[in-house]
Order: sequence, then C-alpha cells, then structure tokens
Amino acid sequence: MDLDLDAATLAFQAEVRSWLAANTPADLPSMDTADGFEAHRAWERTLFDARLSVVSWPEEFGGRNASLLQWVVFEEEYYAAGAPARVSQNGIFLLAPTLFAHGTAEQCARLLPTMANAEQVWAQAWSEPEAGSDLAAIRAAARRTDGGWLLSGQKTWSSRATFADRGFGLFRTSGERHRGLTYFMFSLRAPGVTVRPIAQLDGEPGFAEIFLDDVFVPDDDVIGDVDNGWKVAMSTASNERGLSLRSPGRFLATARRLVELWETSPDPVLRDRVVDAWLGAQAYRLYTFGTVTRLASGGSLGAESSVNKLFWSDLDIAMHETALDLLGGEGETTGDWLDGYLFSLAGPIYAGTNEIQRNVVAERILGLPR
Amino acid sequence: MKFTLSEEQTQFADTLDALLAKSDAARAWATGNHEPGLAVWRHLADLGATTIATDGEPVDMVVVMEAIGYHAIPGPAIETIAVLPEWLDGALLATTAIPPHVSYAVDADVADRVFVVQDGTLFAAVPGKRVTSVDPCRALFEVTATAEIGPLAGAFDRGVLACAAQLLGAGRALLAKSVEYVKQRTQFGKPIGSYQAVKHHLAAVHVGLELARPVVYGAALGVLPASAAKIAAGDAAYRAARTALQVHGAIGYTTENDLSLWLTKVRALHSAWGTGQVHRARVMTELSA
Repeated sequence: MDLDLDAATLAFQAEVRSWLAANTPADLPSMDTADGFEAHRAWERTLFDARLSVVSWPEEFGGRNASLLQWVVFEEEYYAAGAPARVSQNGIFLLAPTLFAHGTAEQCARLLPTMANAEQVWAQAWSEPEAGSDLAAIRAAARRTDGGWLLSGQKTWSSRATFADRGFGLFRTSGERHRGLTYFMFSLRAPGVTVRPIAQLDGEPGFAEIFLDDVFVPDDDVIGDVDNGWKVAMSTASNERGLSLRSPGRFLATARRLVELWETSPDPVLRDRVVDAWLGAQAYRLYTFGTVTRLASGGSLGAESSVNKLFWSDLDIAMHETALDLLGGEGETTGDWLDGYLFSLAGPIYAGTNEIQRNVVAERILGLPR
Repeated sequence: MKFTLSEEQTQFADTLDALLAKSDAARAWATGNHEPGLAVWRHLADLGATTIATDGEPVDMVVVMEAIGYHAIPGPAIETIAVLPEWLDGALLATTAIPPHVSYAVDADVADRVFVVQDGTLFAAVPGKRVTSVDPCRALFEVTATAEIGPLAGAFDRGVLACAAQLLGAGRALLAKSVEYVKQRTQFGKPIGSYQAVKHHLAAVHVGLELARPVVYGAALGVLPASAAKIAAGDAAYRAARTALQVHGAIGYTTENDLSLWLTKVRALHSAWGTGQVHRARVMTELSA
C-alpha cells in the first residue's frame, strides 16, 4: 500500500501546476450571467488549446489519454490554483461518458471535439415538473416523423440551459415506465424550443425550464437504442454522483481556505468544526485514491458513487457553514464564502436527492429489502 | 500509488478473521476467567500478530487491530501490539498507562509486563487500585512507576493509531450485526430493514465507516496524523454503536445480547487514548504550525 505518485504523474502534475500558475485568470464574472458565460467559454478554449480541458479523453478528441489518477491530480491542481468553475462540465462529465459507452463513432467524432473546446456548451434536461426523484415518471415525449423525431413537453432545473447551445435527456417513446424512454440530444436554438431562465437562491439564472413544441431531432441524435434510454442513462449516472463531477480537488481547496480563515480569527469555539472540515476533505481524497486503485484493476463504481455523493454534499455545506460562522456578522454579506454556501445547499438535492442515495446504499450495498 | 491492501495483507486479514471468529472469550474474560482469551492470544502470537509492529509495516499492525476490533477480542491489544512490542521479551501480554490521556493500565492483572510511560520515558510499574470501565472486558488499574527503563518515543501516537483501527473494526462489526438483525426482525408484517427510517440510519453509518477507513490507513502510511485516524474512526464507530442499539431496540439494551460487547467497547475506546477534542486540538496545532 502506498500513496506515491509515479514519475509520469509527477511530471504531468508539475506541467499542470506551472501552466495554471501562468494562465489562471483573475476572478471571472459568474457563469450564470451572459457576459460571465462567454468569459467561461473563452477560458475553456484556453484550456483546450493547452490540451487541458479534457485530459482523460483520447487524443483524437482533444485529450491526452491521462489515467484516472492523473485526472484526479489535475483536478487537485486546478482547484488549488483557484481556476474558474467549468462551464462545460455537464457535457464533459455527464454526456461524454455516455457517448464513449453508447455513442456511435460518427456521434463521437461529430460532438466530442466541439464539446472539448466549448464551441458547444451542453445543458442537461432530465427533470420535469412531475419527474424529480422519480425520474422514470418522465412525460416529455418523442413522436416518430420522417428521418427523425419530434420532441414535445417540459423539462426543468436544467443547469446552464439559459445560455447553453445544446441539451441532452430522456424522452418517452412508448408507454412502459422504464423501457419506454429514449436518450436524445437536441439544439436549444431549434425552432419550437423556448427557454425560461429561473433565478436560483443566489439570484442568477443557473438553471432554466425548457419547453419543447414539436422540436425536430434527426435519428443521428439518438444515443443507444430506441426505448433503451433508461439503461443508457443509468449506466453512466454514477459519473454525476461519483467522483468525476466532484473530485476531491475542490474540497481540498475549500478546506485550505477555511484553515486560513480560521488563522485570521482563531475562534476556539469553532476550532473543532474547522478540523472536521479539513479532515473530511482529506478523507474524501484518500477514499478517492482507494476508488482509483480499484477501478485501475478492473473494478466498477456502481452504487459506491452514492457513498461519494452523500459524503461530499454534506461536507461541502458543513465547510461553508463553518466559514460563515467564522465571519460572524459579516457572514450575511455577499462574497466568495456566501456564494459557495448557496451553491453547496443544492448538493443534497441535485444528481439524485440524498434520500434516494441512502436508499441506494441501503438496498444495493447493505442488501436491505425494498 | 496503490491504496488497497496487498494480496498478502488480504490473506493475512482472512486468516485472522477465520481464527478470531471462533473466539467467544469476551464473556469469560469479563468475569475474570482469562484462560479462553489467553488461548486466543497464544494463537495470535503464533501467527506473528503480536510482534507485527516490529516485524511488519504500520499497515500490517492496522490490519491486526481492525480484526481484533471486529471480533471484540479482549486483552491489552493496543498496548501489546502497537506500543510495547519491543518490551514483550517473549512474554504474551504487556500493558501500560501513558498519562495524561491514558490514565490506567488495562488488564494489568493478567498482563505479563506492566509499565508506565511518563514524558516519553518508559518505567516498570506495579498495578494498584482497580477502576471499573463501562466495558466489563477492560479491567483498568492505577499504576505506580518503579524502575526507569529508558526513552520510548512515539508510544502515544502508535497507541492512538491502533485504537483507531480497533474502533474501525468494531464499527464495521456493529454495522454487520445491525444489517443482519433488521433483515430478520419483522414488525407490521415486514422486515424492519425495509423501512426507510431504518435504511437511512444504516446508510449513514456505512458512509461514515467507508470514509474513516482510508483515514486510518492513511495515518498508517504517515500522510495523516494518528490523531486524524482517532477522530474519524472514533466518530464513525460511535455512530455505528448508537445506531446499532437503536435498530436492535430493547434486546440491544441487554447484556444477554452479544451486541453489548461491542457497544461498551466502542464507548470505552471513544474516551480512551485521547478524546475527540484532544485530538482535534492536536491536529489544529499541526495545521497552523
């Protein structure tokens, strides 16, 4: 058992660290504003030009075939450098794994390069007003037409949809609950699409409702088989809950900032909470190295990703609450810690609520009866 | 980077499990009948488990202590295996106090060698008054130093890491027992494990233990302080104990049920070898250094 990085990973880490030190921009405006979205898109392009936007992808799509360990190291360096939030994350972390697993060669060649350089920014379209935790209750439907499909219905809580270019999600193609869903990709600029921005707790339109009225989608934009969308989506859902969406890097960076904040006003009453936050981030880092080791020797993530999600979502809130308490009365005022706190509050809700994740852990890992 | 047990370590853990699962020495030990427990310790010594800290890596020591925790093996395990292996001199069991956080020498009535560590110096000691622990398997003794032996560096931290590993093992056992129980206990016509209130309690315990384990092994590798391991494993095991009692209901509150062996052990070890507050203060001192 060892936690030593190999020479290639150390060299990669050094390259990433020095590149980020030279290129990380000062604070960009929020990506949930029109200007901020374009500033973040431009940053993604800069990352892509350095071949750092999708390091774990094959080289033909703009990556460098980095190992999972190297990707975790990249993320640590990225957040330690204070680099911007990833406006492309829904595409590169949620849709791309699905394309790699179930997409055709034509789809990969057509869609992945423009995802990697952020020419196309993708938004997810899973939830509906009546389909939240019970995602299989989806009603938005696809109807056969010449050469493709017509999508109609309503999607909601679609992150980045306000300014993004394209969307992906499940639509009903027949009556059966799970076996009547198909995975579609569609343009958010297509005729029949209406996007209504929804302001989140921080006041910015980080997500949106999408109304679809006979939106044409060619057959080429179906992923996997018709009526098999549930399986296609679930086979990579652990990416969202698990380590790819929330690698340890961002929590390690937050924990470091929290310890620094504590040192500026070392309130003894809050000391234990600061230590617990720091320790939680370290625990998640080491837990991830265990996962990386297992995956590298052929294991799969599966229900374990629910353990990740439960842990990091609670940790993120606890770290930010502790920071706000350290700030005293200033904790009410806007700033990085408050922004981070409001963002963290969504963690136990998105990507499958924590109640659903606890059911998954209890039933699929502990083996308790349904 | 390879952050899982090696094949040899996994095999060693399996061997220990097979040996210790047969033990039911705890109840006898609590009444002062040490013989069944000593037989287990002789087996452990034959396997090399009691000298693993000097013969192997710290990770090996953690593997042994986790197994001892999982099977609620009585005896001065932390002291014998992690703190004093160099001072066994062929004997089976050794014990020590390390004031201020380890005030008593556990099982000094049965240990072959009794010590006290004061300010980093090891002294031979004689047991005095017995104090009663919440864990009937832990006979606690005040000790008085007699002859100075010499410096003993790092004794407390080695014990803290071993205690964390023992707590982790005990916590995993408590979760396993709870899962087994809620699958077979039926109320309102269904196994109670099918109710979400119960599922969510046990899922939270699982998450706590899963995230504590890498901290304990990380401390064994030296990337985190031993104090971090005690905080993480102490809290995770304590949560496992509280939840185990709750999902067992009244039967868990009895000493007739074996659950009590683990419940009282975890409460005792949560307090022993430095409380969570002691260790959080130590971690912060290191962080702000």
